[in-house]
Amino acid sequence: MENLLNIFVKSIFIDNMIFAYFLGMCSYLAVSKKYKTAAGLGMAVIFVLGITIPLNWLAYNYLLKEGALTWISEDFASIDLEVLKFIVFIAIVAAFVQLTEMAVEKFSPSLYNSLGIFLPLIAVNCSILGGALFLPTRDYEFVEAVTFGLGSGIGWFLAVVSLAAIREKMAYADVPKPLRGLGITFIIVGLMAFGFMSFGGFELPFKNKEQQEQAEAEKVAQSEEQNLPISAVNNSK
Amino acid sequence: MSTETLEKEVQEVKKPAEPLFSKKRRKLLSNPLDEDNPITIQVLGICSALAVTVAMKPTLVMAIAVTAVLVLANVVISALRNTIPNRIRIIVQLVVVASLVAIVDQVLKAYSYDVWKELSVFIGLIITNCIVMGRLEAFALGNKPWDAMLDGLGNSFGYAWIILAIAFFRELTGSGKLFGVKVLPDEYMGNGVMMSPAGACILLGVLIWIIRSRNGYVEE
Repeated sequence: MENLLNIFVKSIFIDNMIFAYFLGMCSYLAVSKKYKTAAGLGMAVIFVLGITIPLNWLAYNYLLKEGALTWISEDFASIDLEVLKFIVFIAIVAAFVQLTEMAVEKFSPSLYNSLGIFLPLIAVNCSILGGALFLPTRDYEFVEAVTFGLGSGIGWFLAVVSLAAIREKMAYADVPKPLRGLGITFIIVGLMAFGFMSFGGFELPFKNKEQQEQAEAEKVAQSEEQNLPISAVNNSK
Repeated sequence: MSTETLEKEVQEVKKPAEPLFSKKRRKLLSNPLDEDNPITIQVLGICSALAVTVAMKPTLVMAIAVTAVLVLANVVISALRNTIPNRIRIIVQLVVVASLVAIVDQVLKAYSYDVWKELSVFIGLIITNCIVMGRLEAFALGNKPWDAMLDGLGNSFGYAWIILAIAFFRELTGSGKLFGVKVLPDEYMGNGVMMSPAGACILLGVLIWIIRSRNGYVEE
């Protein structure tokens, strides 16, 4: 339970999809002009991430991982289908999104009107596939995967809503012409990322001993490098 | 870098009488480099532009991977464009792109394992890279394969030069290196901000500012 809370807080603030990994940037920039649309897409992302991450977890652990097919027969213990993970993940995401769109359209037209236009956009939102692709590198249990999915979604929602709020206020600012729009938005996102980096210093209260040791090691790595997976590897070379 | 090879290519193939590289087609190649750049003007493919640009080497590999996927996907989708039903086109596109990315992923894993590890999930994320999907939707579905190929080449070069430029400044100021080789004197401490996501965002913002004040593009 405590562990779950840990994952939840971590995926919202510390490993925020936008500010730590830049996932889902395109739609993030595109819909953050108005608060209302931003909130709509944010909701849709929470929903889709919360469902597709567990689905992809199941697919990965019972279909793709090496030895995952042993539930059918012991003979399959040596089969490793990880090559197919891209196709399987994206197919699950795209199919799920399309299904939800149809279901929502049929059963709740009002929800469809507020959410529906964003659903097709989500199939190509990097944060959904990115979340799924993190699964093989992190050994989550099923419940942990659900928490991770929901937490990442809420983190994305938070990021997009706050950027939209700032951009609405920006309308009153006199920005140099060539910097208007995309340029200034990037600088704002950069500053917001600085803000979110301060969460990286948080001591998460709920830890068992093993995790504490791990956290110590992570902290050392972090002080050299700000929490970016690539750069971390890069620096150690 | 990309501009030079481009121009050479154009001149060489220009000789045949048939307008394989007519004016319109040359525009397909050259427009995305500046006034219709996928990153700075069309706002596509931002995720990877920021995430992989910590150093030159992974960035170069990423640029090559995106070029391969984008050109091939453009050609395949453009060849299939009359047989794809409209309602399920997104899924068809995703499956084509995902298969191509799986191939690129395996090739990289086999021949360049270090870089493959560094890029980690971002190779897979070429699938949802908005440049690929955006060009498939906007161009390949309505044009012939040869044009689609040129469009793919143009856009991936436009993408490549921007991410290489960002990586150049980030690696140089962040760690004083280029392609992993130390170029600045040892006294240079390295600027941690440039290695962080936040620094990348601000750098890209400034780069967009410079490019747009040069070509006069103004966003409303």
